[in-house]
Amino acid sequence: MDFQLSPEEEGFRDEVRSFLDENLPAEGDRGADFMGQWFSKVREKRWVGFSWPKEVGGGGGSIMEQVILKDEMAQRKAPPLGSCFMGIAWVGPSIIQYGTEAQKQRFIPDILDGAYHWCTGYSEPDSGSDLASLKCKCERVGDEYIVNGQKIWTSIAMWSKWIILLVRTETEVESKHDGITCLLVPMDTPGIEVRPIKNMSGGSVFAEVFFDDVHVPVENRLGEEGQGWQVTISALASERSSIAEVHGLIRRIEEVKDLARRSTKNGAPAIEAPSIRRRILEAENQIEAMRLNGLRFLTKQLKGEPLGSETSVNKLLRAQLEIGLGELGLEILGGDAVVREGEGTLDEGKWQNFALSWPEVVIGGGTPNIQKNIIAERILGLPKD
Amino acid sequence: MNFGFTEEQDLLRAEVRKFLDKNAPLEEVRKWVETPEGYSPGLWLQMAELGWVGLTVPEAHGGAELDLVTLVVLLEETGRTLCPSPLISNALAAKAIELAGTEDQKTRWLPELARGSKIGTLAALEANEPLGPGGIRMAGVASGDSVCLNGSKCHVQDAGCADVFVVVFRLPEDGLGFALVERGQEGVSVASHSAMDPSKSTGTVAFNGVTVGADDILSSGSGDVFAQLLDLGAMMVTAETVGAAEGAHAITAQFAKEREQFDRVIGAYQGVKHPLAEMFVDIESFKSLVYYAAWALDEGAEDASMAASRAKAYASDVFPRIGIDCVQLHGGVGYTWEYDIQLYLKRSKWLRPTFGDADYHYERIAALGGL
Repeated sequence: MDFQLSPEEEGFRDEVRSFLDENLPAEGDRGADFMGQWFSKVREKRWVGFSWPKEVGGGGGSIMEQVILKDEMAQRKAPPLGSCFMGIAWVGPSIIQYGTEAQKQRFIPDILDGAYHWCTGYSEPDSGSDLASLKCKCERVGDEYIVNGQKIWTSIAMWSKWIILLVRTETEVESKHDGITCLLVPMDTPGIEVRPIKNMSGGSVFAEVFFDDVHVPVENRLGEEGQGWQVTISALASERSSIAEVHGLIRRIEEVKDLARRSTKNGAPAIEAPSIRRRILEAENQIEAMRLNGLRFLTKQLKGEPLGSETSVNKLLRAQLEIGLGELGLEILGGDAVVREGEGTLDEGKWQNFALSWPEVVIGGGTPNIQKNIIAERILGLPKD
Repeated sequence: MNFGFTEEQDLLRAEVRKFLDKNAPLEEVRKWVETPEGYSPGLWLQMAELGWVGLTVPEAHGGAELDLVTLVVLLEETGRTLCPSPLISNALAAKAIELAGTEDQKTRWLPELARGSKIGTLAALEANEPLGPGGIRMAGVASGDSVCLNGSKCHVQDAGCADVFVVVFRLPEDGLGFALVERGQEGVSVASHSAMDPSKSTGTVAFNGVTVGADDILSSGSGDVFAQLLDLGAMMVTAETVGAAEGAHAITAQFAKEREQFDRVIGAYQGVKHPLAEMFVDIESFKSLVYYAAWALDEGAEDASMAASRAKAYASDVFPRIGIDCVQLHGGVGYTWEYDIQLYLKRSKWLRPTFGDADYHYERIAALGGL
């Protein structure tokens, strides 16, 4: 075992650090034009799409360099690397792997530049966790596909210019994973209607998207007809075991501790209440376990071993923590937790918001029960339900 | 960056597993725990011959001088089938002598402990006293160069088979010392208990006016060494628990793949597969924590004590739950003496308080971390 970085890796880390020293003001001092400058500076460094091959405009970073970059950024609470989140996370990788030369040239530079947003049309009202059962109808007529159906839980659909869409081009199939096709569709195509969904915290991030005789040129198909499932899965698999997400949880637990020191419970500081104390300590321990699990999985990747479904382990821990820390915050607030916002609300209602926004992380990308199925079936070899 | 094992360590794991599969399957373990010794002296000597008993003992004193991370590999494997042996007790006694003993004392004791021809164990805990230096009340009364010990030590692991006790006591000039007391010495009496986990024997050792000569007193920095031994002990029992928990989990997952109810194997039901997945998450997690703790203790890292406490706190909480869940998932047969899963449940009852329960370690983490 060895937790040291190699001299080259250390050099890279120092480069990232000095970049951050120069270009990342403290959170309160980030002016109106900061974000624009930030995106163009990290783009110049080729840190947007850092894991992508250099030929397509990516950074060609090694696994270890990717980890260092993300880790340093997260520790300093830096904004994201690139503004087109889904484009960078999976649309881009899918296009790089399955796209035609023309598609690569058309989309990749824009994703890297964050020219516009992409959204993801996977889930449907009757196909959530069971994604492959999707039914969105798609017929080929000449050089066009005609799409009819509905998507749901489509994050930022109302602000996106393009959607990566899974449709069913064939219904008579042996396996439901067959007959699915992936299309890249401009959101201003006639026949597309977006209806934002108000979530339980009162905001709207995701939407329903309706398709009524939407015409899509065949050249906008990503991969072969019927290959949509593989296109999707391989992009999701490119998701690295993220260690950086631990920093967000570390910050959160520090905030909870701070809150517990400022608050009282039964007439004494809340930090001294045994149940609060114990839960803080247990949460910290889980976060440390997550960090170390991440390093263990990273080691496997570095050795070139395929990373199986182990990332579900940390996803489950994270789900517990996101919910648990939100609840802990409210319990420390005590009676004040019944007030949502307004004068006298502690920390501008931050704790109330935490307790209402965990589903975004916990349910998006696979519910805890689905993660448990993945572990049970793919790692433990138990039969499917 | 490498948070994994070396090729040599992987080879050792394969070798230990093969050896134990052949020589110490659970059928054998069940027989050994019924004997007065509670373990297999023959297997013990074989393991010593393979270099495993003296794995961490310095080469100069007959050991293999390997690091704690390597010891973790060995312990994970002995834990998997609940192999009863004084491995941990003996390794801790050897560590006490290595860290606090004089050259003469090391030369006299370490080769025998490494060879397995003498078995050592730590005698520290006292009834109703807390774990740690503050809980050591037994005072050594000075008489010339010697000290005289009166009192008793409880929960002495492997008391029944130990040849030498490393007795933690209060030095006449205050501070802690270790006395090496042999089993046959006048005034020593050992009472073995019927253990909750038959594969972990324990006993009470009474010292009735036992005289310990200067040659048998280890005193260099013993207070710190004692604290270090407690960290090591917590780490070692947690490492063994990784194997035990994986063993219990594997038996239960296998059962779930074979047992049919309502025309399908029960492992297809989410009511069965989800608890198994949850256990997996917990086992992976305290595994990561204990691997890190072993590394930190090897390196003398600043957060080594914290790391040991983190691992043990996690395991103390989850392993008892794993034991219960595994028995439950077996249904009625899980309650029988015949099925092996009950043995793991009993192991979890042993593990929970040994070298400090979750309460103890969480408070220690709080103290170390300034909460």
